[in-house]
Amino acid sequence: MTEQTPHLKRLEAESIHIIREVAAECRNPVMLYSIGKDSTVMLHLAMKAFYPAKPPFPLLHVDTKWKFRDMITFRDETIDRLGVKLIKYTNEEARSQNVNPFEHGSYYTHAMKTVALKAALTEGGYDAAFGGARRDEEKSRAKERVFSFRTAAHEWDPKNQRPEFWHLYNGRVNKGESVRAFPLSNWTELDIWTYIMLEGLPVVPLYFTAERPTVMRDGTIIVVDDDRMQFLPGETPTMRKVRFRSLGCWPLSGAVESDALSLQDIVAEMLATRTSERGGRLIDKDASDSMEKKKREGYF
Amino acid sequence: MAPDSTNVTLEGFLREQASMGELRFLTCGSVDDGKSTLIGRLLHEAGQILDDQLATLEKDSVRHGTTGEDIDFALLVDGLEAEREQGITIDVAYRFFTTTRRRFMVADTPGHEQYTRNMATGAANADLAVLLVDARNGLMTQTRRHAFVVSLMGIRHVVLAVNKIDLVDFSEERFHEIRLAFEAMSKGLGFASARAIPISARFGDNITTRSPRLPWYSGPPMLEYLETVDVSDTTARPFRMPVQWVNRPDHTFRGYSGTIATGSVRPGDRIAVASSGVGATIKRIVTMDGDRDEANAGDAITLVMEEEVDISRGDVVTSGDTVAVSDRFDANLVWLSEAPLYPSRGYLMKLGTATVAATVTRIQHRVDINTYEHVTADTLRMNDVAHVMISLGTMIAVETYAADKDLGGFILIDRLTNSTVAVGMVTEVAAVGGGVVWQKQEVDKLARAALKHQHPATVWFTGLSGAGKSTIANLVEQKLHAIGRHTFMLDGDNVRHGLNRDLGFAEADRIENIRRAAEAAKLMVEAGLIVLVSFISPYRGDRDSARDLHGPGEFIEVFVDTPVDECRRRDPKGLYKRADAGLIPNFTGVSAPYEAPLNPEIRLDTTSAPADQLAERVVEELRARGLFAG
Repeated sequence: MTEQTPHLKRLEAESIHIIREVAAECRNPVMLYSIGKDSTVMLHLAMKAFYPAKPPFPLLHVDTKWKFRDMITFRDETIDRLGVKLIKYTNEEARSQNVNPFEHGSYYTHAMKTVALKAALTEGGYDAAFGGARRDEEKSRAKERVFSFRTAAHEWDPKNQRPEFWHLYNGRVNKGESVRAFPLSNWTELDIWTYIMLEGLPVVPLYFTAERPTVMRDGTIIVVDDDRMQFLPGETPTMRKVRFRSLGCWPLSGAVESDALSLQDIVAEMLATRTSERGGRLIDKDASDSMEKKKREGYF
Repeated sequence: MAPDSTNVTLEGFLREQASMGELRFLTCGSVDDGKSTLIGRLLHEAGQILDDQLATLEKDSVRHGTTGEDIDFALLVDGLEAEREQGITIDVAYRFFTTTRRRFMVADTPGHEQYTRNMATGAANADLAVLLVDARNGLMTQTRRHAFVVSLMGIRHVVLAVNKIDLVDFSEERFHEIRLAFEAMSKGLGFASARAIPISARFGDNITTRSPRLPWYSGPPMLEYLETVDVSDTTARPFRMPVQWVNRPDHTFRGYSGTIATGSVRPGDRIAVASSGVGATIKRIVTMDGDRDEANAGDAITLVMEEEVDISRGDVVTSGDTVAVSDRFDANLVWLSEAPLYPSRGYLMKLGTATVAATVTRIQHRVDINTYEHVTADTLRMNDVAHVMISLGTMIAVETYAADKDLGGFILIDRLTNSTVAVGMVTEVAAVGGGVVWQKQEVDKLARAALKHQHPATVWFTGLSGAGKSTIANLVEQKLHAIGRHTFMLDGDNVRHGLNRDLGFAEADRIENIRRAAEAAKLMVEAGLIVLVSFISPYRGDRDSARDLHGPGEFIEVFVDTPVDECRRRDPKGLYKRADAGLIPNFTGVSAPYEAPLNPEIRLDTTSAPADQLAERVVEELRARGLFAG
């Protein structure tokens, strides 16, 4: 492991402070774990915050059952290796109705992510949920507090946020209400990768380039991950050297052509890139307000 | 100055990162002075706007933009739907960009007066403020207000960006006129540096390079100044760490986790726990990356002591006994809540990692932040700034904000809604006890109570006017007296004839009315008595404050639960008739709210049983709680 840069040390310490505050102030916190690079860093920081103890809260994975197989393997390995507790939750009702990303578009995201998340949080009675969102990801996230208050219906009121000062976070809520805590608020995508590289953290192999079976749809490269792929007439998979900057449900994740085989390659590629990471996410493209709408409804 | 992204190597990047400094700043100023445009421009010039983001921006500019054919950079930061629709900034946006010399985190803050609290939020973590002025309008009321808030939040470095200089024909004269006016205005605000720069954010003049259209200006352009300005504070400070978390995985390990506020620490150092004064020696500085030889301000660490010491969350570990421990201080307060502040009302205060009961005991003066004049005030409304006296329920380690931001900055939290209602900066800490020395008494509460063969307590009857509080409390006292218990009765109406004669019925007075009753009850509990308090006491927060004055088990809340229609029907004093006729303003249940207890120790439904039976139930409950035997 190489020494972290002064900037990343500062970010690391600030995030650890936030994670400890949540654990100390909230009755029943949970950490949203989505397996990707941001969750990887957030979980690592939680391990650091309470070392030599384990984090005093469980992880929660909202599983749409459309994640890449590599993600699930990585998730289970990580949980075993770190010895932390994981809760898995799926919207079984929508699943039994065969709600899927090919036919149901934004309704799929709503049912399998937003609705599932809200149900999981309500069921667990959590008064705080950590999320790995960063302010550099998107315009409405740039506006969000580190401790972001949610009503009992899990709604966010962006026009009336709790003022927040210095490192004095207010995690107090009444019954049913909750806070979403974002320890990575001030990290950028480049910070995340540089940190992962210098810290030598394992990540899902899908972040590294490999020959993968792909189809091209509306300018987006989709990797065919299992036999549930619904091909269009005349469509056949083509092998391409691709990787992902952002991971989610495989039919909705856009891959990029790349030669990056290592963490060093990824950081070097980041330094030269000219597009943003959410460019590859199909669910954000509807309208500029898209993310804010989803967030107000309870999406992370 | 913008990084040439195509030629950056990984090695070069890491080398650069190792020595690169960081500046956290905010932009503020009047509405439409171009704050968001400036940030958009800085991001663009620093090469931070990526191709797909620029494409979205071009599309948005057509839809919402206010710059005609040109790209409207403000849309980059005004990220909320309502902001883009209304063309205003509502809340702070945080953006990040990097040049070859520095890394920046910028908070773009709103100008409208109603969003001052969001502006203050953006200022809290900044080292420098860029205050924008429209060259055509010069200093506005909002400019004065923002300069004041910036100063209040402890920011000592300011850039006065005289924007839209193109619209005054790049006039040198106009620039100096504004610069001099600002110098005169900010004289008392304590800025260590204040640099004026003429710019056009929209057209990019004096942003990254000196503009040929401003040949008379010889200073640095905006970005160069931000890259080089020295905002460091090199004052040596003693070691202080508020304890966040006690780390105790098993009996072999006990560590105290926190972020170091000031100073540094090494194994072998002697430290003291601020609240108790107990000393200890640092044995280890633990992190997951291995034990450390030294840790400094800003580091998040876990300390292990040589000795067994009692330290919990909220305590402060210090390098000695240099830290002030007190329960009273003066502070500058910014009121953030739509519900006004009333002195005497109880709030929670978070300072460092401690959360304690707090009361604003006095508003010394309010500051008109537009004219900087001091005015008297008996209440504070949203966005008001005032100098106040604060009293706490517990002694804690507290410093002035100027000496230590972590132990001198605090927030007040409403007990009911849990919202953050105020932010404060400590200006002066009273000597222990606030100068009012506690006289140590040899005969204490327990001794006095033992003589009476009872445990003292306050039995607090709350409910609507006419609910039957006084009737039941009277019966309870008669029954207790009959079995030889020592009691005293504080009745709301009676106390208003004496102790509280000077108080009216406005919200502020009602709060003070309850506070005095609670303090009087507490004194009588100290005397060993069972005190029966019968007050409408309509606000939950005030009753909670009364509870906080008492020890565990010493406060028994009795909710005399009678529906308002039933009270109105009974109307023993004819008050409802008069209130309904509008003759009594602020009458609880008619024109003022009553907040019913959520978890009272005893709830009496007066429609279910006669008063005598209910009184008997109270006596039984007091016996069951062990206040007296037999």
